[in-house]
Amino acid sequence: MDQMLEIQSLSVAYGESVVLSQVNMAIPQHGVVCLMGRNGVGKTTLLKSIMGLLRPRQGQVTFQDQDVTGWPTYKRARAGISYVPQGRDIFPYLTIHENLLMGLEPVPSKQRGLEAVDEMYQLFPALKVNPRKIGGTLSGGQQQQLALARALVRRPKLLLLDEPTEGIQPSIVQEIEALLQELGNTGSTTILLVEQFLDFALSVADYCYVMEKGSIVLEGTAKYLDQNMVREYLAV
Amino acid sequence: MEVWALQIFNGISLSTILLLIALGLALSFGLMNVINLAHGEFIMIGAYTTYALQIAASALTGGPSSEVTFLIAIPLAFIVTGAVGFLVERSLIRFLYRRPLDTLLATWGVGLILQQLARSIFGAPNVQVVAPQWLSGGVALGSDLVLPMKRLFIILVVLVCLAGIYWYMYRSSEGRRMRAVMQNRDMASSLGVSTRRVDSLTFALGAGLAGIAGWALTLIGPIGPSLGTFYVVDAFIVVILGGLGQIPGTIMAAFIIGMLNTIFEFGTTAVVGKVLVFVMVILFLQWKPAGLMRLRTR
Repeated sequence: MDQMLEIQSLSVAYGESVVLSQVNMAIPQHGVVCLMGRNGVGKTTLLKSIMGLLRPRQGQVTFQDQDVTGWPTYKRARAGISYVPQGRDIFPYLTIHENLLMGLEPVPSKQRGLEAVDEMYQLFPALKVNPRKIGGTLSGGQQQQLALARALVRRPKLLLLDEPTEGIQPSIVQEIEALLQELGNTGSTTILLVEQFLDFALSVADYCYVMEKGSIVLEGTAKYLDQNMVREYLAV
Repeated sequence: MEVWALQIFNGISLSTILLLIALGLALSFGLMNVINLAHGEFIMIGAYTTYALQIAASALTGGPSSEVTFLIAIPLAFIVTGAVGFLVERSLIRFLYRRPLDTLLATWGVGLILQQLARSIFGAPNVQVVAPQWLSGGVALGSDLVLPMKRLFIILVVLVCLAGIYWYMYRSSEGRRMRAVMQNRDMASSLGVSTRRVDSLTFALGAGLAGIAGWALTLIGPIGPSLGTFYVVDAFIVVILGGLGQIPGTIMAAFIIGMLNTIFEFGTTAVVGKVLVFVMVILFLQWKPAGLMRLRTR
């Protein structure tokens, strides 16, 4: 098993319009991989295809040496993939605590201990203040923390993160940055991060992919990536 | 005065039955956007289950034996109707998600088939379930006001059902899953929830509740193959008035419709009463198209 996740010539279309064409990608066993690109180039579509929320027109998704292309979403989640979508998508009428419990769904109910939930409260003290608060009433930053906690509580093998810093106050961005660096360093969870903010991406990522019009146009180790070229692809 | 008090009591009793029927509809609409036109036939199945149990029991014991069987009929109606609902969902409805018009037609067809099935098995004429002795009579409040035991017992059973639904939705992990799927289907499946399983279970639960409503109707009058159609129209109005897929709104709407029906029918005739209720609901929906309550989404 050399790669955590492998994507081979993946093409996805909404009706007639092709959003992804022939995308290849490999995510190693450990570390943080960043996917960059302008709005609308297909980054979110790629994450949704990995999660199984969209069906590819062709191509293959391999997770830990298993072909998961035909698997339903919930089965992929149970295999160890967690997803934090853009816009967080916490359950607005569930409490903080219930949202976190939903994160434990993939764990077989007999092994479902509450220690993992307590651990998340340690990691995100803001959530601990009032666990019975309704999710929809939280601020954007708190919702982002809740979405992260919900994804991490079951200790996923692979975490898909879609623009975690979008519309979040700077202090929480720093917290998230520190958290991702720590996760990357300890190697407990591999991360695929979608990000538009270059400095943030380079500070946490080991390897980067840049997308343009549904295809990968540039990739490389974060340290040696030509920053000017990346900036050009990101410029509006 | 006593006459009015009795009417209000009857209104409450009708409301509770309507509520049981409407909750099932509200659940399947809130979760799967399925408008289930066979829901009335689920009521009918619950009623005939009660009847069949009575027939079987008296055949076995050789005499009328409604005393105990009538209580056993409550869970049995729930289980039998729930099982039929589960089968209908598994074999038909799950192939029609995202196609609301097709579901309308298909469930209507299922309803017709179930009605004909009942006609073939039990015959077209109405049949009567004999209520047990201890449910005859009533509780006297004042000189002229007697509350019928049967209606009191129905209210009690519905209250127990409501408590059960509340526990299921807000205290059990199965219910948490159901609410999560209702609020965000994609996210729930991304967290490992098998949404298909949740759909089937919820549909079966809604059908089972209609089955209990059918049991309750056997206490009120004779039952026939088209028993459900009469009640399901009111139940649909309750769901729409309450705000689609909204449980608290559904509860409020059930009481409003139930009371209005009873009061108008008493003041005028059955037909005029129904027309008046329709007119009021239509006027209200002109003013608030989303119904009493609405799920706010951002």
